[in-house]
Amino acid sequence: MKRIIVCLKQAVDVTQLKVDPATRQLITASAPRKMSDFDKNALEEAVRLKEKNAGVEVVTVTVASEEAKTVLREALAMGADKAYVVNDAGLKDVDTLGTAHVLAEAIKKAGEFDLVLCGESSLDSFSGLVGSRVGELLSLPQVTSARKLSVEGDAVVGERTLEDSIETVKAKLPALVTVTREINQPRIPSLMMIMKASKKEIVTWTLADLAVDKAKLASKIEVVEVLAPKTERKRIRITGESVAEIADKLAKALIQEGVVKR
Amino acid sequence: MSEGKGVWVFSENADLTLEMLGKGREIADKVGAELAAVVIGSNAADWANELVKYGADKVYLVDNAMFGRFQAEAYLSVLHNLVVNYKPETVLIGSTKNGKPLAARLATRLEVGCVPDCSRLGVDEKGRLVGERITYGGNAVAKLTFKTKPQIVTVPSRAFEKPQPKKRSGQVVKLDLKAEQAKTEVVETKPLETSSVRIEEAEAIVSCGRGLEKKEDRVLLDELAAVLCGQVGCSRPLAEDRKWFSEWVGLSGHKVKPKLYIACGISGVIQHVAGIRDAKVVVAINKDEQAPIFEVADYGVVGNLYEILPALKEALKKQLQ
Repeated sequence: MKRIIVCLKQAVDVTQLKVDPATRQLITASAPRKMSDFDKNALEEAVRLKEKNAGVEVVTVTVASEEAKTVLREALAMGADKAYVVNDAGLKDVDTLGTAHVLAEAIKKAGEFDLVLCGESSLDSFSGLVGSRVGELLSLPQVTSARKLSVEGDAVVGERTLEDSIETVKAKLPALVTVTREINQPRIPSLMMIMKASKKEIVTWTLADLAVDKAKLASKIEVVEVLAPKTERKRIRITGESVAEIADKLAKALIQEGVVKR
Repeated sequence: MSEGKGVWVFSENADLTLEMLGKGREIADKVGAELAAVVIGSNAADWANELVKYGADKVYLVDNAMFGRFQAEAYLSVLHNLVVNYKPETVLIGSTKNGKPLAARLATRLEVGCVPDCSRLGVDEKGRLVGERITYGGNAVAKLTFKTKPQIVTVPSRAFEKPQPKKRSGQVVKLDLKAEQAKTEVVETKPLETSSVRIEEAEAIVSCGRGLEKKEDRVLLDELAAVLCGQVGCSRPLAEDRKWFSEWVGLSGHKVKPKLYIACGISGVIQHVAGIRDAKVVVAINKDEQAPIFEVADYGVVGNLYEILPALKEALKKQLQ
């Protein structure tokens, strides 16, 4: 194995997202961005494979419609050798299929590879489609939702948790694997690693640099609305002189609601 | 070959297939279309006939020993072949760990859109199929529709009710299709040790968060859950960080819809709240009166769960007698 590609998304940090209470619209433009959690697990796994297998290079590929340098620097500090970013304003409204087309073309342009690693889902949109779409476009065998991973000779072996079983799946390289958050605990890069990373290369492309058929980037999905959920809860505080009194009142309320089986 | 507005459902999971037939029937009736189920399996003729009772007008049955268990490339090529030949307008696919990548790959092969994990789904006044999904870590609900056809949707378990079986007529179409060569091989399968009852099916859930001090203290929750004929759950930190539980309730864990959800010592981060959006009644018990869980609860008690839970158990026992 010589080269691992990791797909990295710069995602909206959903824990710091604000909502306009009047319109229930999300204020995403000013929300901080960070490396999507699941993708960080994918990167960590790639770096661990590199540490176990001498001569392996880890390359990251990112698709963005805005500056993503902070995320790429972090990736390089964690141990990636080189980072590619396709940054183009024309990518602002692409959906999962468009994103996958750009990623697939960028991966092809970045050169030969043995393994593509992706997070199972992204932190913000959480659709969990892009990894499988990229695999399909590149005609790669896929191991999805892997929570354990190893490379054995010319094959990758992944363990996945299904609804009622744990399955071990083998795929011949080159292959694509999507990982869950259980797979590892991503490292926090040391100051030394951060300094070393500043010398590593970030290659920026625009759509014009890639062999992407522009017609394929048109969104296939129409957004009707994206709004903060309405809270329709009653928000009744139960108070009392004693714990027993509170418990009595609460029990009574729950029985009246008809949510307790007699 | 019939072309037109067909609504299709497919899942390798039996329950989910039935749940989607219920929702699929509703959509098909609204747009005046035929409802079809796709069955890919081995010795599956009885099952195919059964699906008619649950609302299918037609069942496409691909029955071959090689389809005895799910194989990604084989199932994908069969489903793709059927969709290309019969041109359904809408395809609902069960959002299991195998079903979701299947949907993503099918949609890619067809160069069309896919709306995953629709917790709600319906036809709007303009006749558009609109899927609702939780996004931005629970901060928002997105309503999405399609610009391309077929419209591919994935549906999570327990999002929709299983319909009652009825005596009705439908047609089972047996097809002999070859599958493309497998690129992946399942080398081992072992059963997953989970509680015998799935938490998605619980009518009452007593759930704990960081406020639980020791693993052994879950007995307090167990005892209350027993009175409620319910189950015990937890928030993510108790499973992921402390490893006291193997599964959790929340956006990244199980999305639940019990009649009663009692959150004990759970602060109420948005990802957790997204997992209990469909609970009928939410109770919050927390020492911190500023905890955000109170904003999304029907009944809130500011107090120590170690005192409240035993007292609530006794009060319920007494009042239920």
